[in-house]
Amino acid sequence: MTALTPVLPEAPQGGTPGKGSTTAGRTSRRFSNGKRGLEPWLYLAPAFIVLIALLGYPIFQLINVSLYDYRQAQVSGKAPLNFVGLENYQKLFADPQFWTVLGNTVVFATACVVFTLLVGSSLAVLATRLRPWVRSLLFVVSLGAWATPAVTGSAVWLFLFEPTLGLVNKTLVAIGLTQFEGYSWTYDKWSAFGLVASEVVWCSFPFVLVTVYAGIQAIPTEVIEAARIDGASMPRIARSIMLPMLRPIVIVVTIQSIIWNFKIFSQIYIMTNGGGIAGQNLVLNVYGYQQAFAASLYGLGSALGVIMTALLMVITLVYLRILKRTGEAL
Amino acid sequence: MTAVDVSSVPRRTTKADAPQKLRKQGKRRFGADAAAIVIALIVAFPLFWMVLSALKPKTALDAGDAAPYTLEPSLDSFGRVLGVNNFGQYFLNSVIVALVVVVLSTVLAFLAAVALTRYNFKMRTKLLIIILVSQMVPVEALTIPLFFLLRNAGEAIPLVGLNQLGSLVLVHVGFSIPFAIWMLRGFVAAVPLEVEEAARLDGASSFRFVRSILFPLVAPGVVACSVFSFISTWNDFLFAKTFIISAQESQTLPIALLTFFKPDQNDWGAIMAGSVIMTIPVLIFFVSVQRKLVSGLAGAVKG
Repeated sequence: MTALTPVLPEAPQGGTPGKGSTTAGRTSRRFSNGKRGLEPWLYLAPAFIVLIALLGYPIFQLINVSLYDYRQAQVSGKAPLNFVGLENYQKLFADPQFWTVLGNTVVFATACVVFTLLVGSSLAVLATRLRPWVRSLLFVVSLGAWATPAVTGSAVWLFLFEPTLGLVNKTLVAIGLTQFEGYSWTYDKWSAFGLVASEVVWCSFPFVLVTVYAGIQAIPTEVIEAARIDGASMPRIARSIMLPMLRPIVIVVTIQSIIWNFKIFSQIYIMTNGGGIAGQNLVLNVYGYQQAFAASLYGLGSALGVIMTALLMVITLVYLRILKRTGEAL
Repeated sequence: MTAVDVSSVPRRTTKADAPQKLRKQGKRRFGADAAAIVIALIVAFPLFWMVLSALKPKTALDAGDAAPYTLEPSLDSFGRVLGVNNFGQYFLNSVIVALVVVVLSTVLAFLAAVALTRYNFKMRTKLLIIILVSQMVPVEALTIPLFFLLRNAGEAIPLVGLNQLGSLVLVHVGFSIPFAIWMLRGFVAAVPLEVEEAARLDGASSFRFVRSILFPLVAPGVVACSVFSFISTWNDFLFAKTFIISAQESQTLPIALLTFFKPDQNDWGAIMAGSVIMTIPVLIFFVSVQRKLVSGLAGAVKG
């Protein structure tokens, strides 16, 4: 990934220019103070204490609670704790709603990932062909979308797609599509998911745009020039040079998007009012939350949390595998 | 939208002769510019509509006024938002929580990043993997154990118990640290070893070097990275909803905004005005650090 170093213009340059052996020297002398015993641990301690207390311990507790029949009575200490082993999981696996919710999550998250990547990377390619002021405009506007909090983004979306007052329906009716008169976008399961997905794509494509654009910029022009002199056509250059060089970035961006989109909570919760009509728009995250805090089935909710965590861990492991294969040094 | 930008990416021809190619490129470039401007307008539209609706008078909004302008801008909606009990308090709460989280998580993450980039020790790679993995834990799933943890913690230290701003600070610091470490690594590693060696020769202790030389050098990057802790804290609605159960005075902005949603008669003017108020601080932060942010992201992606 040395290819990316040019996009760190503000970072102080490593090594003094002019010293012939800087690059070779730097890789072997990455650390000057290898054997200082406790020192790194002193720097690490505060962060890791916090992480253990607020991530490690809760994960352990999550697994723990998922093995109990944990309800309101147990929370208030009125009933004894009842160890039920894997019963919560068995209940879930036998429940058709769980499988529907799992399916929803996969379909919804995949759609968000695909569209985010498509929009983000095609805009990144487009951005390389723009006049500077147009590019700046595109970036500033995208940053605006990126910076918009999920809560306010959802609020604006709900307003735009409001059945009677919303601009979208008004416009659709005005151009002759009268079936949209008072049409509720959140009534139908998939139109509701589509509505949420459009908001998600809107506020997450800028991340892809910015990173992929930085990646494209980091490809040395000499490489492209050389290929052109050798007579490679532009599509050929794109396929055989740019894509392979961008591959690590594309992988990282994809995995990040998968992780973020599998975890979407606020947008679904707000836009479909807690999971949609009769829970039709529930995703794993919201489902687990509802089971725990609305239905007071903390054990069941925790089991859902564990399943969710396990799913994301699998994705993470794949990610680490790929990083390793591309020869990334951590 | 995808269809537009895919098709609008110009493909360069190679076989055309020079002047023709130039003309063609100019034309195509214009096409790309035009497409990009249209896309930028589409992307900006929701934000524009938010601001516009916040400024429209209530009567116009209730009548479903779809005009893309308003002839009689009014601050009534903002007035209604600010007039709600304690709105100032909610805003202040959000600011306090976000700032404390930013400072704490950045300092802790910076120190950890120093250890992980400038020292070589046995567990280094393992720790990095742990950090990467912990970034991916679905924090929403942890609401349940955290709820119990904070309830118990509150009995020992009231400041971080349920219904206290401290509880929000605590969980957000925890969740911000992994990504912050990940992003800061690039900045910390970029400071050349020679600087460190020079400092040592001059007799600076390790901590002195970190505090007086390293930190000022990477400070701009650190600020840029802190935008992520800021945003996730500022935007948080789940933890505020779960942990601040009964104490109205500890509520934060997102929850306050949701109180304007009423089953039948949403006060859209107030919702939009509240949204504007909530979006502006993030926008300012984001735009002011965006240059650093891009390089920081690239550094984080560098892996």
